[in-house]
Amino acid sequence: MSFIRDDGTWNVKTGHAQMLKGGVIMDVVNAEQAIIAEEAGAVAVMALERVPADIRAQGGVARMSDPDMIKGIQAAVTIPVMAKCRIGHFVEAQVLQALEVDFIDESEVLTPADEANHVNKWNYKVPFVCGATVLEEALRRIAEGAAMIRTKGEAGTGNVVEAVRHARSVLGEIRRLQATPFEELMSISKVMGAPYELVKYVHENGKLPVVNFAAGGIATPADAALMMQLGLDGVFVGSGIFKSGNPAIRAKAIVEAVSQFDKAEVIARVSAGLGEAMVGINISDIPLNEKMANRGW
Amino acid sequence: MKPYVGVLALQGGVSEHINMLNSIDCKTVEVRRPEHLNDINALVIPGGESTALIKLLIRWDLVTPIQNLSGTGLPIWGTCAGSILLSHEISEKEHIVNQPSLDLAPVRAERNSFGRQLASFQEDLIIKGLKEPFPGIFIRAPLLHPLSESTEILCSVQEGVVFLRCGNIWLSSFHPELTDDTRIHKMFIEKAILGS
Repeated sequence: MSFIRDDGTWNVKTGHAQMLKGGVIMDVVNAEQAIIAEEAGAVAVMALERVPADIRAQGGVARMSDPDMIKGIQAAVTIPVMAKCRIGHFVEAQVLQALEVDFIDESEVLTPADEANHVNKWNYKVPFVCGATVLEEALRRIAEGAAMIRTKGEAGTGNVVEAVRHARSVLGEIRRLQATPFEELMSISKVMGAPYELVKYVHENGKLPVVNFAAGGIATPADAALMMQLGLDGVFVGSGIFKSGNPAIRAKAIVEAVSQFDKAEVIARVSAGLGEAMVGINISDIPLNEKMANRGW
Repeated sequence: MKPYVGVLALQGGVSEHINMLNSIDCKTVEVRRPEHLNDINALVIPGGESTALIKLLIRWDLVTPIQNLSGTGLPIWGTCAGSILLSHEISEKEHIVNQPSLDLAPVRAERNSFGRQLASFQEDLIIKGLKEPFPGIFIRAPLLHPLSESTEILCSVQEGVVFLRCGNIWLSSFHPELTDDTRIHKMFIEKAILGS
């Protein structure tokens, strides 16, 4: 006797994100980099045409990657392969699902396609991850079907300050909601612009209903361990690895630091002799209209 | 005395196992370093990415201590990636891949056997020893091919074996820790530790 098989369910989507916890997801632009990432112990790779630092430097419209490039990376590694679509670009998302990527990042790193609406992520069997700067933004994305949340940080800067700001904001709001009396939840939901059911979930459980990763500006093992000690579930590293002096060694060091994030002796050991980190950018030097974290709402 | 259960905590679905074990009256410890293995009555190796997990097991000197504990009869249960790590051989389809493992069960684990995430699924399972069906959650799951007569098959789906036991080593390619059904965790604790 056999039972009905269901795919693309909420459990299967959020469960995949749960299996990535405690891991490092690395941006790669070709198969060669994907192999370096897998060798270093990445739990997944994000396939994209240009890392955020180059998108920032070169300007222009940043779009979904060439399918051939995504397929090349899928053929090169056995770990999950993620890819980015533009905010609101539901056809890029359809294409990425047709390519069978394991996760879609509806990402502010690419140029938004819709200034008002995000993708209806319930329409897809492939799970989505979305960026958030504050709790209400995270809850809106989850209501739209995101199975995983990450901080936006400020991608391509090698500067962790915005990721810390977003993490502290989301986690702090969660702690405040937990302590809020039940009868205040409805008006809080109204003011926040976040769905009541999700506000209630956070109040009752003291966490998001999905996994919550750090992203945007992480460049060193200590940056990664900082995000873990703040209470996030794992780490995305974008430009920080392949824009550094020695990507293979730095990638491995970040993986090791995340796996022992509570042990300073280990972080000290893996931080030594990594060569040059990527050159960072001060957030105050970025014109407001060029800040990626301001894309989406 | 409460059973004292270690959950390997280098990467993956750790808190889900910890919460479930605590809810059935076990004491738990997150295992990141060899000293965390002291005095445990059982070890759970969670799901995650097997290629990342084996590198970290080697890097943090956990392979030999876990193998030695298994030699003394310590019950060890691996879910999904954990089941791959416990297997003797690892393959992609039929092709054996060169990936080190803890090598504690005479099993060939066929990695990503059902396909990519798009092929991940839920299905109710008939499990030996359980009266009612169990909600199986399969995420980029492996299939388990026994290489010895001594394995006890506890559950199969259409494609092959997904849950088995070989002495003190238990392998499941699905994720009971992602459900709110504690029956398989209870079965492991009762049969493996308490011997009932």
